[in-house]
Amino acid sequence: MRYKLLYFASLADRAGRAEELRDTSARAPRDLYAEIAAEHGFAFSTDRLRVAVNGALVGWDHALTDGDEIVFLPPVSGG
Amino acid sequence: MKQFRLSDAAIDADAEKRSLAHPAAGGCVTFEGWVRNHNEAREVLRLDYQVYGPLAESEGEAILGEARAKFGLRAAHCVHRVGALAIGDMAVWVGVSADHRGAAFDACRWIIDEVKRRVPIWKNEHYADGESGWLHP
Repeated sequence: MRYKLLYFASLADRAGRAEELRDTSARAPRDLYAEIAAEHGFAFSTDRLRVAVNGALVGWDHALTDGDEIVFLPPVSGG
Repeated sequence: MKQFRLSDAAIDADAEKRSLAHPAAGGCVTFEGWVRNHNEAREVLRLDYQVYGPLAESEGEAILGEARAKFGLRAAHCVHRVGALAIGDMAVWVGVSADHRGAAFDACRWIIDEVKRRVPIWKNEHYADGESGWLHP
């Protein structure tokens, strides 16, 4: 599967990029996050993050499909 | 018309307030969030807001819809700045109108709290000592 990942705030800084295309065997956000967190050195555990697929919030075991746009959202600080 | 908007230009609070007018409304309550020059005992020079636009807009609209139903509002609008802001700039504006003041006060507070908790916007503060940092409360 190939996914498009977008990174924001400290996750973008840590990854050194705002987006990436990733070929992976991960089929759910939980597996995908474990993979990229190890690679990029993300310190957030999943209970501190939310995940969005194609612009909508989903659960960590959501079934991903090829071409999905995925965002791991660190705690927000608007306002 | 969208009730929740992201803006890369200064917010016109007077124009926003006029958009709350409704013949059945007995009053309005508005909140302005401003960029302050300090946070957690550090001097702040300026800040940048980053946003995940599609989800910010849908989540913002959802919050305003929930507020209209929960508090029986006549109108509920919110504008949030994105990009680079200076000290004193208005970062966010929330306004509601309702038949009676109680619902208006309660709803305005509820909306800004939900926006800060749910909408995917991140603040990067630039400090006087040259450091900067994303806030992830």
